[in-house]
Amino acid sequence: MIHHPMKSGGVSHRSVIHMRHGRFALALSAALLLATVAADARPLKWARSGDSLTLDPHAQNEGPTHALAHHFYEPLIHRDFQGKEVAALAVSWKITDDPAIWEFKLRPNVKFHNGNAFDADDVVFSLDRARQPTSDMKGAITSIESVTKVDPLTVLIKTRGPNPLLPNTLTDIFIMDKEWSETNKVQKPQDFKNKEENFAVRNANGTGAFQLVSREPDVKTVMKRNDSYWGIGQFPMQITELTYIPIKADATRLAALLSGEVDFVQDVPVQDIERLRGQQNLRVNVGPENRSIFFGMDVASADLKTDNVEGKNPFADKRVRQAMNMALNRQAIQRVAMRGQSLPAGMIAPSFVNGWSKELDAFPAGDVNAARKLLADAGYPNGFSITLHCPNDRYVNDEAICQAAVGMWGQIGVKVNLVSQSKSIHFPLIQKVPPETEFYMLGWGVPTFDSEYVFSFLYHSRADKYGSWNATRYANADADKMIESLSSEVDKAKRDATIAKLWTLFKEEVIYLPVHHQTLAYGMKSGFDIPVDVANQPKMKYVSFKTN
Amino acid sequence: MIAHLVRSMLQGALVILTVGLIAFSMFRFVGDPVATLAGQEATDADRAELTERLGLNDPFPVQFARFLGHAAQGDFGISYRQARPVADLLAERLPATLELAVLSALFAFVFGVVFGVYAAINRRGVVANAIMVVSLIGVSLPTFLIGIGLIYLFAVTLGWLPSFGRGDVVRIGWWTTGLLTESGRKSLVLPVLTLGFFQLTLIMRLVRAEMLETLRAEYVRFARARGLPERRILFRHALRNTMIPVITIVGLQLGSVIAFAIVTESVFQWPGLGALFVNAVQFVDIPVMAAYLMFVAFVFAVVNFMTDLVYVTIDPRLKS
Repeated sequence: MIHHPMKSGGVSHRSVIHMRHGRFALALSAALLLATVAADARPLKWARSGDSLTLDPHAQNEGPTHALAHHFYEPLIHRDFQGKEVAALAVSWKITDDPAIWEFKLRPNVKFHNGNAFDADDVVFSLDRARQPTSDMKGAITSIESVTKVDPLTVLIKTRGPNPLLPNTLTDIFIMDKEWSETNKVQKPQDFKNKEENFAVRNANGTGAFQLVSREPDVKTVMKRNDSYWGIGQFPMQITELTYIPIKADATRLAALLSGEVDFVQDVPVQDIERLRGQQNLRVNVGPENRSIFFGMDVASADLKTDNVEGKNPFADKRVRQAMNMALNRQAIQRVAMRGQSLPAGMIAPSFVNGWSKELDAFPAGDVNAARKLLADAGYPNGFSITLHCPNDRYVNDEAICQAAVGMWGQIGVKVNLVSQSKSIHFPLIQKVPPETEFYMLGWGVPTFDSEYVFSFLYHSRADKYGSWNATRYANADADKMIESLSSEVDKAKRDATIAKLWTLFKEEVIYLPVHHQTLAYGMKSGFDIPVDVANQPKMKYVSFKTN
Repeated sequence: MIAHLVRSMLQGALVILTVGLIAFSMFRFVGDPVATLAGQEATDADRAELTERLGLNDPFPVQFARFLGHAAQGDFGISYRQARPVADLLAERLPATLELAVLSALFAFVFGVVFGVYAAINRRGVVANAIMVVSLIGVSLPTFLIGIGLIYLFAVTLGWLPSFGRGDVVRIGWWTTGLLTESGRKSLVLPVLTLGFFQLTLIMRLVRAEMLETLRAEYVRFARARGLPERRILFRHALRNTMIPVITIVGLQLGSVIAFAIVTESVFQWPGLGALFVNAVQFVDIPVMAAYLMFVAFVFAVVNFMTDLVYVTIDPRLKS
């Protein structure tokens, strides 16, 4: 039984007043105490379609896994519901006189769940662990060269060249207890070659606002409030017991909310939003997610394999790409395929990403005649045919979007053969070198909240650590140089100017056809009001109950 | 008889091996596990390195041989999705599936035989005909629709039963059971009904048809002529002879109920092997898929063998 320190204070005060009434007062105060404890025991049952894959905070770089990990473990800096950076285990950070070295001041008097004190050794250990070959987080922090301890509450992070974005990359890099990790032999994340299960897969010892009580993968994970959390008083912290329950089938997950067996459903299918809104005791919150959906084309190859044009690549002609862009009626897609739940887009970055602007996010109105004329000018008065690859289990209504778009391109004479398949078959087509698709759908989230991340992976030519999701074959040496300069440019104004210049160039060249920014819908009992988290990682320490 | 059983066992082993081979050759069409396993920041080099580390670059016969070699020692590898030994995962999920399968088979068998016999004896009765009509619905409705319908009726509208999960389970050694707690028993009701409904219909129709057939046989008429009590004729002579084909079907169905409870488990978020397999397919979790398919083949082989054994006990002619 845990109760809020402030509330239990109130109870003892009352019991003092009643004390002179003797035994009756004693009984009354005991009853009051019980009542307060009962009212204070506030559980939240949280359902989502998929489970976290592992509790090991560095083993999987995956949304649901991080979403749960944020409750046990904490990074140096985390993001609130709006995506704003908030000091977590670090209290302040700055670039030192050497622009390639950042200094982080750590939060004092923080304890891990097992009682161990948190200090610089844990940070050095954890950042090293996250860069091990078996860590899936290593890709997010490739810029880190070394991490050193200065004193128990100060660490220096040296980067390969100046990196103004280092703090942005640390928001999902969790800090583990060095001593606990060594005792349990989990200095490295799970290697699939080992036969033994890594202790960190089902056990957790972090500094987070919740403590692990029990974990049954794919069934439920039970957590209780960490009453010695450093952030008590700073965050609402009203939930005392948190149960995370994966329920895969949409209908069952909603049934569990309707029947009151769960309090909060993180993924409400778009077609069910209206039905839930019709229920008196339920609330649905809708908001933008940090993810944009778009189509990519092979803009550079001399000839395409899946088209019916001999010896030429129609997408290499900018007029064809403009025509494809114009034919795409984004409002119709929003209305038909998304039931109104999306934000039609003109760029691959939602509004909270640095570099976004209203002008860049503007998109052409669907204009079939103008598009036809452009195609004719480019030498395709009768259009052409091409194969489009589309996932069917990754993004909200992904296949329906592709079907709608195919119809729209058909109106200008571009006959698109649609191939929809599972993400595990779709993504390798894009990732292979050279890519095995010439026209494809993809979605992109920006965990650093900065355009550089979009450019590096989607627009930079394919080379080493750059362009690994760029299947357009687009390669522009000047643009590449500008993109590379972003990762080390410390002057913010200059950097933002480069970002704007790049977006303008890419929009002018029509390298991709952005469709929309995805939105999320959270369903919950009306006693809660959990806003949509832009990273889709709601942190329950922020959640407060509505008082009736 | 011994030769008969040995032959049956050898056949089973062959089936398991063949299923493994076919399953393995299919995996590459499911997708690339590296695509789901590596984070989006992974470079081409990272992905290549992970592919190598998982041994996915080896030719298919090498991968299959390595899998068999390890499997023979009881090592099924580490799940890509959950980073835990596959053998542990299967052992953890097995009780949920077995409990569900055995209970629904039992439910289907008991009610199937009772209704079947009743429908055969009272061929023209109103109740018997009503049962037959309802059973027709049972065969034609897909399992997930029955499941969703039951959830909306009993969980959402009436609020009597839980809509998902196993409730509280009690651990006895490595086994877990929901039968010993109230929430566990409540949680079993809807999945058992859903999974057993089709089997019940099947068994009932089979029993009815066989029974009608048997009741027309010479020895039944002779027994009646001898003046044996009707009850004795029906249950001692007719029903017993009806059971041979029924048991074959029930046996084979038990195998498929254990192996393919996938739909029911998905609808009810039942933490069994079927749900594990569905998740594995989506994640391209090859070690789990391989082990699960081998397990299914094993179940069928065992069920087949047991059915053979039961024949021998029921039909005395096979003993010689």
